[in-house]
Amino acid sequence: MAFVQDAPKDSFRLGMLIYDTRYRSITIQVVVLILFLLFLSWLVNNTAQNLAAKGRTFDFGFLWMRAGYDINQRLVDYTNDSTHMRAAFIGLLNTLLAAFVGCIIATILGVVIGVLRLSKNWIVSRLMTVYVEIFRNVPVLLWILLAATILSETTPQPRDFRQTPEMEQAGEEPKASMLFGIIAVTNRGTVIPEPKFCIGKPQAECDADPNEGGLGVIDLGIFKVSLNLLALLVVFGGSIFVNSRITKQANATQEATGIRPVTWWKSLAVLIIPSAILLWALGLHFVVPELKGFNFVGGISVLHSFTALTLALALYTAAFIAEIVRAGIMAISRGQSEAAAALGLRPGRTMSLVILPQALRVIIPPLISQYLNLTKNTSLAIAVSYMDLRGTLGGITLNQTGKELECMLLMMGIYLTISLIISALMNLFNRAVKLKER
Amino acid sequence: MTEFTPFVRKDMLEPRDPPGNQQGPIAWARENLFSGPMNTVLTLLGILAVGWLALHIIPWLMHSVWNANSLSECRAIIAQTWGPDATGACWAMVRERWHQYVFGFYPMDLYWRPTLAFLLMLVAIAPVLYQSLPRKMMWFTALYPFICYWLLWGGTLWAPIVVLAGFGLFALAFRFAAPKLGVPVSAGLGLLAAAVWWLFVQTPLSTALNGIIPLSIRDVDSDQFGGFLLSIVIGITAISASLPMGILLALGRKSDMLLVKSLSVMFIEFIRGVPLITLLFTASLLLQYFLPPGSNFDIILRVIILVTLFAAAYIAEVIRGGLAALPRGQYEAADALGLDYWQAQRLIIMPQALKISIPGIVSSFIGLFKDTTLVAFVGLMDPLKGITAVVRADINWKGIYWEPYIFAGTIFFLICFGMSRYSMWLERKLKTDHR
Repeated sequence: MAFVQDAPKDSFRLGMLIYDTRYRSITIQVVVLILFLLFLSWLVNNTAQNLAAKGRTFDFGFLWMRAGYDINQRLVDYTNDSTHMRAAFIGLLNTLLAAFVGCIIATILGVVIGVLRLSKNWIVSRLMTVYVEIFRNVPVLLWILLAATILSETTPQPRDFRQTPEMEQAGEEPKASMLFGIIAVTNRGTVIPEPKFCIGKPQAECDADPNEGGLGVIDLGIFKVSLNLLALLVVFGGSIFVNSRITKQANATQEATGIRPVTWWKSLAVLIIPSAILLWALGLHFVVPELKGFNFVGGISVLHSFTALTLALALYTAAFIAEIVRAGIMAISRGQSEAAAALGLRPGRTMSLVILPQALRVIIPPLISQYLNLTKNTSLAIAVSYMDLRGTLGGITLNQTGKELECMLLMMGIYLTISLIISALMNLFNRAVKLKER
Repeated sequence: MTEFTPFVRKDMLEPRDPPGNQQGPIAWARENLFSGPMNTVLTLLGILAVGWLALHIIPWLMHSVWNANSLSECRAIIAQTWGPDATGACWAMVRERWHQYVFGFYPMDLYWRPTLAFLLMLVAIAPVLYQSLPRKMMWFTALYPFICYWLLWGGTLWAPIVVLAGFGLFALAFRFAAPKLGVPVSAGLGLLAAAVWWLFVQTPLSTALNGIIPLSIRDVDSDQFGGFLLSIVIGITAISASLPMGILLALGRKSDMLLVKSLSVMFIEFIRGVPLITLLFTASLLLQYFLPPGSNFDIILRVIILVTLFAAAYIAEVIRGGLAALPRGQYEAADALGLDYWQAQRLIIMPQALKISIPGIVSSFIGLFKDTTLVAFVGLMDPLKGITAVVRADINWKGIYWEPYIFAGTIFFLICFGMSRYSMWLERKLKTDHR
């Protein structure tokens, strides 16, 4: 006689919390949670005790006090009467400026080097390999220090640009001369021409005015916005919009008739002429730096600390980007370019229509992390005393107020936010170019 | 009829050489260097660049001075020998200051200790790098950190021995508990036992033992460390500590347990989102707030801990990539064989995932080693900024800049380039697919 017996129903035993895989994960998580909370309360408790022992409080009120120090590079208004908050904001802008310029230079250099490394030309590809290996395998700090040292020790003093009457009589040239006659590289910094706007006034009058001229600026409270730049952006944005309509129309004609109308001259005209007219109407001209007394007057002075930091970071990151670009192009199988050739596409079109769109998908994710690395590496500004976020908030403000905990936490929070924003933006872009799979 | 004899060739003619422009260096140059106008321009530019560099570097190297006491003396010798306009390298600086670049301010009469530690390190990492060496050498590798610590910092030999005993305690507890309680619980128990040992037993015991049998060598302070000694100590310690930590973090991030997963993600993303410098400043400024009042430990150790955490987060991401690249079938097959989680990880998953992530792991290591130069900003004497600043502050060597940077840069280059070549070799050796 056969009978069916149910599996014995286990009553819950305490040991099952450890041995039974159904409950074990819950047990482990509870233990982890308890340990984590204990650790956290230990940290907070220690911090509170230490703060009390030093007679300090944890508050961010110091941010609204007078900073009292000068910053040598400011993109927006700042005096030593401004608050610590304002100083931190200036530092943040300086960090972002170095990161932005560095990323652009690094991308251009990196793409060129990566493509040239794949070239069949023996000499060029070897040279690029040497570049990549040298820059990748040496700390970036060395490049920053070397760039800063070379810029400050080998460049001439401003007075070397002077041609004294005696030298003129003797027919001697001054010891140093300006690059292309407009850029002066001195040991105090690089002086480049400054764009100025002028409407309805003689040019000399505008140049004497420290303001930008033209349409002027509007004050947003936190910073001022140049109306000239805004107008230019609006006009150029309009041009791009019109250009996209022209291209769309050309595509429609091509779809309908099979013949693509010639549009390049229309695009060129639409993109350039309105902006050029606007700039002419605003009276754009460049003030070339001039040697007066012991230093150059007029023009924008770019600090060597900024140049050294940005250039070194760009050269270093370019080596990594070059490798990413090379790997991305090599990841596209030969069949793709052969198929493109079989369809009758010329090499240039094969590159732009077939290889690059596919290679971009491979290239973009690691490229994002290189941009992030470059942005984080701008904190090495400390090596050349560039006043970035760490130099202001994490440097002078920290030392003046003694608020180590608050300054460091705030600074880490800001860097974390920048990183998260960059990676979020780039992930959006990545999603846009990603392979659309069904 | 006349007999018609057709012409039949009996023997083959020797093949003629291809025309001169189809072979040899000329053809190679035509094909590779001058195949089109664009290529020709690039070639010429390349030759120009190489020529320009050679024109500047070769005379500079040829005019090197190795024996001098100051930069001005160097320049005088060069001007005297090669004419007033000649430029030359002044390697005399390296000759006079190499010991600072290598050892920092380590006491001169004790140089044998870091040297011996370095040689022993080569022995210790050899079995890790080359699988063909006898496996028994791994025992020495396991002991090496303690020997190295004792050699470098000095003090009593009992301290590392007692610390080692703590690890022994951990292993013992783990060994007995593991079959009954499973890996996580027994690891926790072992850790608890070892922690109690280290916190409460270690210091009194080692002091007592040293009182009975004194086995001491001279103490060396952390602030006397510097140069490549410091870089290598921080680099090697952080490299060997960050790999296991990175593996654990990667497993945590892939875990099914929500809490473990979110804690790992938070840790990894936080560390990867902030620059290393802020973490180093945390080590030098903030740890005094986070630790119990009155506790103050060595700055090198603090820096090593923060650098390790930093590297571990990056390695965790690399290994996560390797784990994601494994086909699901591998996990399922391991489950089907009845392996538990840790067995599956140890025997099936990790060997494959680590193999996939070798290039990423090694480039993280290279980055870590390069980043050891950043410790200069918390007051340690790294070879690039710390020692070079000391040398350049000397009145004799004021104004020297190419030579120190080239010297330190070359050593960094050799080490990092060596690491990347090793990883390529290892990758080729472990490659098992597409045979």
